[in-house]
Amino acid sequence: MSALLEARGLMKHFGGVRALDGLDIGVTRNEILGLIGPNGSGKTTFFNVVTGIYAADAGQVIFDATEITNASARSVYQAGISRTFQRSRLSLPLSIFDNIMIGNHKRLNHGLWFNLIDRSKFKRELERNYHDARALLEVFEPGLAERMFEPVAGLPMIDRRRIEICRALISAPKLLLLDEPSAGMTHDETAELMDDILLVRARNENLTIIIVEHEMGVIERITDRCVVLNFGRKIAEGPYRAIAADAQVQEAYLGAA
Amino acid sequence: MEKKELVKLWPALVALTIGAAYVTALLAAERQQMIITLLVLGIAAAVGAAWFGIWDAVSRSFSEHETSMGIFTLAATIAVAAYFHDNHFVLLLVITVLLYSVATLGLNVQFGYAGVLNFAGASFFGIGAYTSAVLNSQPGFPHLLVLLIGGFFAALAGSILLLPVLRTRGHYAAVVTIAFALLFKTFLEVNDVLGGPQGMQVKGMNILGWSFNDNIEIGGVSLSFYMNYFVLSLMLLACAFVLVRRLERSWIGLNLDALRLDETAASCFGIDIVRWKITAFLIGNFLIGIAGALFGMVGGFVAPNNYTFADSLILVSILLLGGIGNSWGLMVATIIVVVVPEKLQTIQEYRFLLYAAMVIAVLLFRPEGLLPRPVRQYFPGWRP
Repeated sequence: MSALLEARGLMKHFGGVRALDGLDIGVTRNEILGLIGPNGSGKTTFFNVVTGIYAADAGQVIFDATEITNASARSVYQAGISRTFQRSRLSLPLSIFDNIMIGNHKRLNHGLWFNLIDRSKFKRELERNYHDARALLEVFEPGLAERMFEPVAGLPMIDRRRIEICRALISAPKLLLLDEPSAGMTHDETAELMDDILLVRARNENLTIIIVEHEMGVIERITDRCVVLNFGRKIAEGPYRAIAADAQVQEAYLGAA
Repeated sequence: MEKKELVKLWPALVALTIGAAYVTALLAAERQQMIITLLVLGIAAAVGAAWFGIWDAVSRSFSEHETSMGIFTLAATIAVAAYFHDNHFVLLLVITVLLYSVATLGLNVQFGYAGVLNFAGASFFGIGAYTSAVLNSQPGFPHLLVLLIGGFFAALAGSILLLPVLRTRGHYAAVVTIAFALLFKTFLEVNDVLGGPQGMQVKGMNILGWSFNDNIEIGGVSLSFYMNYFVLSLMLLACAFVLVRRLERSWIGLNLDALRLDETAASCFGIDIVRWKITAFLIGNFLIGIAGALFGMVGGFVAPNNYTFADSLILVSILLLGGIGNSWGLMVATIIVVVVPEKLQTIQEYRFLLYAAMVIAVLLFRPEGLLPRPVRQYFPGWRP
């Protein structure tokens, strides 16, 4: 049981707002950690600081025994952390295949000669990646795998989420950050997506997941452990059942009795 | 292979033949009434074809057989030029279309793919042209090399200009290019070494003793000297087109699309925004510079007034009209923007007004341009 990701005393202030206020979080290898808390408690900010979108004001982030505090978004991705976004950020005019390939950046050859001149070699790499992407997408929705070259713009939210998760998974990251995957979906759709995520995890023992989610049903079903945030601090931690019974947590969500 | 649905070649081939015949008729027409009739017919035919769904069949057939269609397009262009083999004026117009197409292909890489607006297209074109004006007068300097050097200088100037601002988000780069466009013209006007406001003569191209500025006699048929430039321009366009098309259909093209559409998401997947923006800008400027260098030799003369901000706007309007990101579309748009005002003398004076109206109409009613860019297909007809 060694920690894959560890945040120590993480601080991030926006003007007078303390989005993260000395946050400590540890994620064990292969676990699914739920990150919960009221709106504005710092969950997404934590993701943004870890993935290099924001720089932390203080504190440390250690991933896989290497310090990645304030590393650029690029190097965080190179190190093996992939994410999805709360508001789906796919490239809508591009095809399903193109969107998934964006996530595979670190495993593609970007040389000018390879891409522009040596087209037969490029075609081989293209075909290999096509089959990988297709196989991954088939886990989620075989119907989508038949429509790889259609633009994403015409697809419903659940399919976009699936594609976003495939985009994050195609590069075989060690850590997957899911930012409210249920946003904009119905109850049944959410349940379906969670089944898919569990299936992916079952197939890949080396995948660790942190999930930010408001649907407590989801959290209860898929997480091994939860961390509860309020005002940028950790106020509780443990399995969902223990958390749900915690007086401090109830107060944070419902207000003081 | 047997499951592959067959898309026929003939709709695209018929459309290309009609298009080439139409352009030939338009170029040959002299009387204003005739030209106006042709233009009205052309618009009616295009709208009618769209109405009856003919365009869809044509474009499907075209994209499926793109390689063959590329070769047929080359052949059709040669046929048009051969028809006008002794007509200086028309050949010059055709060459202008070819070289402007090369330049707008460059702009397409910058704006269409990387999303970096360049409002100094004509200035970089001018850098190429002035390069050939200066270097062609040096005795013994190989003129083909001058083309590459013209492209190189345009790329160099562009990178010096944009390196500091490409790190910033938003449209600072566009503002910097506008400033450069204005500055460039003034710089040329006050610079006596480069001829000042009067400009400079450019020596014609000469490759191993073959002078491009002499008329050609082959078996009793005399060809305009512009035929030399036509052949070279066509070769240049073919190379530029293949390059840009391959760029689009590669991981590099995908990187550029990703960063244009969402910089944050792109950087979360390891895409080096600055590196790819600069690469796109350099490649684009290189093409613009080469086209400019050759155009300088074709015209035989360069002057500051040929490379103004207004000319840059024309290049951008071609891009908007053709369909941003669609390499075929922008060649069609170049034909429209270059040929129509030249033939239709009555609107010559109002041509900027016409461009402006056209761009506004396109942005209002068809924001993706006349021929919108289709979803990326990595190889024509590729079905894995």
